[in-house]
Amino acid sequence: MNNGINHYCKISNGQVILDGKVLFTNEEKRFENFIKSVYKHFEIDYPKFYKMDPLCKLSIVAASLLLENSQDKIKDDMALLLSNKSSCIDVDLKHQSTIEDKEAYYPSPANFVYTLPNIALGEISIKYKLRSENSFFIFEDFNPEFMVDYANSLMHLNKASSVLCAWVEVNKDNYNAFVYKVSPNGKTEHSKENLKTLIE
Amino acid sequence: MGELKTELKNKIITSLNLEDITVDDINDDDHLFGEGLGLDSIDALELIVMLDKDYGIKLTDPKEGKKIFESIETMAKFIEENRTK
Repeated sequence: MNNGINHYCKISNGQVILDGKVLFTNEEKRFENFIKSVYKHFEIDYPKFYKMDPLCKLSIVAASLLLENSQDKIKDDMALLLSNKSSCIDVDLKHQSTIEDKEAYYPSPANFVYTLPNIALGEISIKYKLRSENSFFIFEDFNPEFMVDYANSLMHLNKASSVLCAWVEVNKDNYNAFVYKVSPNGKTEHSKENLKTLIE
Repeated sequence: MGELKTELKNKIITSLNLEDITVDDINDDDHLFGEGLGLDSIDALELIVMLDKDYGIKLTDPKEGKKIFESIETMAKFIEENRTK
């Protein structure tokens, strides 16, 4: 059985696009202000949102918009396969700034808990009560070949009934999210060529 | 003391990212954890760091925190009595 893409969501350049349709635009240049406006506009309900680092904010918003705007049931064995280039660099730098002066060494616990990109996987898993395989990979660029092979492998080996895949990149005010769900009944073939087209 | 309480409310709102909450929303005797402001264990650690950084108070016994961080009232009283800066 060929696996296919059911739905996809893109967040970049002040726009939120779901399955090719622009659902929201905001010219706000600062990432923190923009992502908060998306969170409020779509009435996403996750109280921890305001405490999260930028990577988790982008990941939880993109995943929520994708999952809550589709009719598909969210099964607890839906795997998560996330990737990006800059890991969680923003919160890493913020944490570093609190520990580089030995005379004023006050690391913030609230920052420190987000200094791993894997935390984004945890936040999505908690929100949607997933008990599934999850991985976060760092690449120079979005890697469609890897995503296709890895997601298909998870499903062929019966490790997951579907896979939420994503490129979620944030570095200061530059951000780009491309989230999609792959399952056996997906309409668009999960191929390297289709992913390259969709992410453009 | 009143000034310190307002200062603490502002610090808590800012450092714990309490969105849509203002100084006026926090009463001096509101519980900070549980049903009050709903702070969690990471917030408690953040408050311990704040006591050290801003008021020069190092908490050595974690059990102390439960009473000290009960409310703005108890925090302000403890800081007044123990601050070194």
